[in-house]
Amino acid sequence: MIEIQNISKSYDQNKVLDHVSTEIPKGCITAFIGPNGAGKSTLLSIITRMNKADSGQVLVDGIEVGKYDTNELAQKISVLRQNNNLQLRITVKELVSFGRYPYSKGRLQEEDKRVVQDSIHYMGLESLNDRYIDELSGGEQQRAFIAMVVAQDTDYIFLDEPLNNLDMKHSVEIMSMLRRLCKERGKTVVIVIHDINFASCYSDRILAIRDGKIFINDTVDAVITPAVLKDVYNMDFQVYDIDGDRISVYYKSGHSHHHHHHHKHNSAVVYRSKPEHK
Amino acid sequence: MRRKKLYIIVLLAGLALVSLFIGVSDISVHDIISNADDRSLFFSSRWPRLVSVLVVGAGMSISGVVMQQISANRFVSPSTAGTLAFAKLGILVAIMLTPSASITVKLLLAFAFALGGSWIFLFIINRIRMKDSAFIPIIGIMFSGIISSVTTFFAYQFDLIQNIDSWLEGRFALIITGRYELLLICLPILLLIYLYADLFTIAGMGESVSRSLGLNYKLVVNLGLILSSLMSAAVVVTVGTIPFVGVIVPNIISLYMGDNIRKTLPYTALCGSAFLLVCDILGRVIIYPYEISVSVTTGTIGSAVFLYLILRRRKVPHGAAN
Repeated sequence: MIEIQNISKSYDQNKVLDHVSTEIPKGCITAFIGPNGAGKSTLLSIITRMNKADSGQVLVDGIEVGKYDTNELAQKISVLRQNNNLQLRITVKELVSFGRYPYSKGRLQEEDKRVVQDSIHYMGLESLNDRYIDELSGGEQQRAFIAMVVAQDTDYIFLDEPLNNLDMKHSVEIMSMLRRLCKERGKTVVIVIHDINFASCYSDRILAIRDGKIFINDTVDAVITPAVLKDVYNMDFQVYDIDGDRISVYYKSGHSHHHHHHHKHNSAVVYRSKPEHK
Repeated sequence: MRRKKLYIIVLLAGLALVSLFIGVSDISVHDIISNADDRSLFFSSRWPRLVSVLVVGAGMSISGVVMQQISANRFVSPSTAGTLAFAKLGILVAIMLTPSASITVKLLLAFAFALGGSWIFLFIINRIRMKDSAFIPIIGIMFSGIISSVTTFFAYQFDLIQNIDSWLEGRFALIITGRYELLLICLPILLLIYLYADLFTIAGMGESVSRSLGLNYKLVVNLGLILSSLMSAAVVVTVGTIPFVGVIVPNIISLYMGDNIRKTLPYTALCGSAFLLVCDILGRVIIYPYEISVSVTTGTIGSAVFLYLILRRRKVPHGAAN
């Protein structure tokens, strides 16, 4: 479990996180949502020690994150952000092998090689083994980086906007992979994501941040409601139940006037089943 | 793979023989054995020259590789990041402080300035966050130009133009026994970089990947800057400025073999030596019996290849970069 205790962070007078406290349970997918600049990525970078908080602390499995030896932490937490150098000419296999660096320090043992092979297989990258990453498509690159994280074999996997620049097909592919990692390998996955419908369909819990404060950290059913989403994003939403998934519609403003002013929270959910085929 | 390395070594050995046996006075293997004068010329001039060219070629190329990884830009190198220009300024300062400064003092000041200069350059490019990677070396070249003007200005004011000129242009003509040994500090540095090659490759993937894998990113960047500045300073102090080797050799190797430094480093070093040796031999034969300095030949060939590499890169669609 990850415990976030009283974290604050400012950039030149600008409070990005304001006394944030919450918990991220193990073994499930938690999505961070919220408007731009709400503090999602900052919170993720502080949890993963990429960034220092002004005050407060983060506990990973009960131990303060700063107390971990960096190499030990690299065997517990992995992070994938969007600012990787994609011009680098290393092959997919070399990239995935670097995922074993915290264990092997570059001298791959039999066990490391096995894990690398397994990770490449798991992400369906065998046919791209010897291709340079700068020659791959955006979706393939993202899969290759996730394969590196799989090889790193950490309990916790953090991804900052993993669907950035991906088309719908590749987005679905990546989210399904993360779902599998969580279900089959018991990984705890934390993602920062903009598409609330992907968050709704693929995560177990959603943590919504607004103005540097955690607005809600709860199950998908509790968060994806017109009332909560309106408070988080300051705009109107309609939420439909389609085959058991909560799908939000927000593309045209002013459509849900008749819902929000006399309902609060869950009561405003519009349940409507998917139109039957034939 | 093995075979490729063998070819390069054979090529390099051939070039080395050519280098040893061309020059104003004709020397044959027989002369070296039978004639004491020729033997002394051979071992005091030709041999040191060959060793210097090989070490400088490898050193400048690997400095380039390291700087390219830690700046995550293909076109950064000691000559396109202000490192060499700052090293020269350091030498000028050494001469101004004590006219009879020993070579060690010059090296230390050149190193300090080269390190500071590279650090400032990295700071600038991190601030700018240019979208187009081809602009970074242009900034570096302008930056070098400014620093070189400052150096020339003070050299002129203090009547040291003649003195500083010898560091402006890289040349191997003056290399004799006793004046090149300093270069050999590049060898342990090269070994060190080879041993820690993975650190630099990972650093090249970016700060967040590095830190996710448990690397102390800042430490790796600083270590890389120190090692490449030290090699650059040793080169500038002993032979002068050698442009473009550090950018074109790593780029060509990267095209064919990628950027995994542990794998490519021996090739980059060997090809750097071979390239500089070709440039040196050309400089010695074009206007024989006179000599064109090696910085002119590397500058001419190097700038053409550099231009090609930049134009080639810009044709690549930018879709993959975000």
